[in-house]
Amino acid sequence: MSVDFAVDRQAWRHLADAQVNVELDTGDMILNLGPQHPATHGTLRLVVRLDGERVISADPVIGYMHRGYEKLTEFRTYPQITTLINRIDWLSSFANEVPFLHGAEMLMDIEAPPRAQYIRTILTELSRIATFMLFLGEMGLQVGALTPPFYGFRDREHVLNLIEAATGGRFHPNFNRIGGLKDDLPWGWINECRNGMKVVLDACNTLEELVAENEIFEARTRSIGIIPPEVGAGYGVSGSNLRASGVDWDLRRDGKPYLVYPELDFKVWTHPDGDSYARYWVRLQETREAARMVIQMLDRIPSGPIMAKVPRIIKVPEGEVFVETENPLGQMAYYVISKGATGPFRVKIRSASFSNVSILPWLLRGVYVPDVITILGSLYFILGDIDR
Amino acid sequence: MADDLEKEQSGAAEEVSVEQQLARTDEPAAAEQARADADEADAPPTEEQAEGESRPLDETEQELLTRLERELGDAIVESADAFGMLVVRVKPDAWRRAAEASKHELECDYLSFISGVDWQPAPREGDEAGGDTSAPVQPTEMTFGVAGSTGRLQVFAHLESTKRHWGVTLKTDVDASAPHAESWVTTYPGADWHERECWEMYGIAFDGHPSLRHLYLPSEFEGHPLRKDYPLLARVVKPWPGLVDVEPMPGEDTPTAENGGSSADADKGDGADAAQSADADQGESS
Repeated sequence: MSVDFAVDRQAWRHLADAQVNVELDTGDMILNLGPQHPATHGTLRLVVRLDGERVISADPVIGYMHRGYEKLTEFRTYPQITTLINRIDWLSSFANEVPFLHGAEMLMDIEAPPRAQYIRTILTELSRIATFMLFLGEMGLQVGALTPPFYGFRDREHVLNLIEAATGGRFHPNFNRIGGLKDDLPWGWINECRNGMKVVLDACNTLEELVAENEIFEARTRSIGIIPPEVGAGYGVSGSNLRASGVDWDLRRDGKPYLVYPELDFKVWTHPDGDSYARYWVRLQETREAARMVIQMLDRIPSGPIMAKVPRIIKVPEGEVFVETENPLGQMAYYVISKGATGPFRVKIRSASFSNVSILPWLLRGVYVPDVITILGSLYFILGDIDR
Repeated sequence: MADDLEKEQSGAAEEVSVEQQLARTDEPAAAEQARADADEADAPPTEEQAEGESRPLDETEQELLTRLERELGDAIVESADAFGMLVVRVKPDAWRRAAEASKHELECDYLSFISGVDWQPAPREGDEAGGDTSAPVQPTEMTFGVAGSTGRLQVFAHLESTKRHWGVTLKTDVDASAPHAESWVTTYPGADWHERECWEMYGIAFDGHPSLRHLYLPSEFEGHPLRKDYPLLARVVKPWPGLVDVEPMPGEDTPTAENGGSSADADKGDGADAAQSADADQGESS
């Protein structure tokens, strides 16, 4: 009995050795990232096929938050739709409202008065700052630094307070109306905003020292996730992500003139590298530029009415219009088809993150697992903007 | 570090200037060509201008159209202007060629979106006069938008140029009995997801697409939600504006003449008592 056991033991040891060798030799492993990963700002699932530490293929699975806004818009009137589209990119809700209402105004041949245009532009830029401020802090978290997000959240609070003071809502202002705005700015807001912009500019300096100039951060982000400009454009990557690849294209300057951007003096920042660091750097500069633009507008804001003359029942004449704006995450566009009713016949919502994320299968091929998170963080998407 | 940043900035600036120079050198030649082409074939544009119900095409749109016509010839069915944007409808068999022509001739390197549209009016549920306010009332006859259509289904896409800062919307008709269109994936890799979305939402298949799988919806989902004959289920289940469901408090659930009938209607599996009393109520009232 005992002899048999000894023989068996030998045999098992042999088998175990063989097993180890087999295991070392195996091929792919499938890693399921998400749908609850902190780097995904919501529920993005990434099915990643690995060979060792390297990604062979990545397949993003989206739709966990699909709310069917394109269908819902067909069952709502124009004023009701702003409530829906507020929730597309929830970090910059105000900027979502602008292109849709601009489209409706174009179809109705209404133009918002200059003061309303200025306030719209200021609030759009404030939502850009709020969105980027969070990114600038959070990007540190994606590569393992715990301090920057607290700075990011703290300084974003100043901007959110400003938005709240003006509109009554921190995240979902629902402040735009066809032909203008719901209310004028409250007393003293302009001075408050000036102070707020100083805080933002200081915060940018802090975050630059803390994150962008950090050696470890550079090591983790430089030459990680390079998007060549022609590939990025073919995938429809837009906004800061494309500008970080050296494409000098900003709809605020190059698109059809909208809001008061043609009157402003601002620089469009680009970076030739196209890697994760470039995306961080471009957003950092754009945050500063946005703060400078807000200061410019606060100096120039005209007085006057905030609502144009609008009929009591809003009926939009028959027609089609394509309106695009440069939102914090990239090109946000609405293709509105109206048939002369109180609600649209069809609205195609072109959201920036959807196309920005569609490049992931191409971009993640061949990178190491920790860099997947860096790339996800640096592309900066909002799930509501992907799933609509 | 500061040096680095400066270097980067100057690098970016250099690239910009190179691009601008390229654009500058390009422009005169392109303009000349466009002029020559316009001289050669000036009949179609003038026809378009005469026919156009909205506005005549401006200079940029005219140049874009001339370039497209040179490449696609009579595959262009119709073209029109929609608030300063050129809309071109092409024949279904020229859909992929239209993408290639836009990419190479119009320098539209950027894919904004591809999507579908169903021009058929949505059937209205319930009686028309009954004050159904569930959705804004749309016209009941089928009309087509800018640049027209032959059937209810269409695919449309928007392309833009990051260098020239112009854009074009392309449309093509889709046969509603066997909906399919040519895939753009080989020209624009980003078309992959847009076409998957269009396929699941409208049931339009894209020939040549590597894998038409569900994008947003679960894989066992049936139907094409963005088609007009697909009802918005939330509104079917519950009339609009939503009647407030108030469950009776314990002790208050004895059916009265006001709520007895409706609660019995809503829930057939209710207790025999409730059904009986509801019947009794109805009997009394009738």
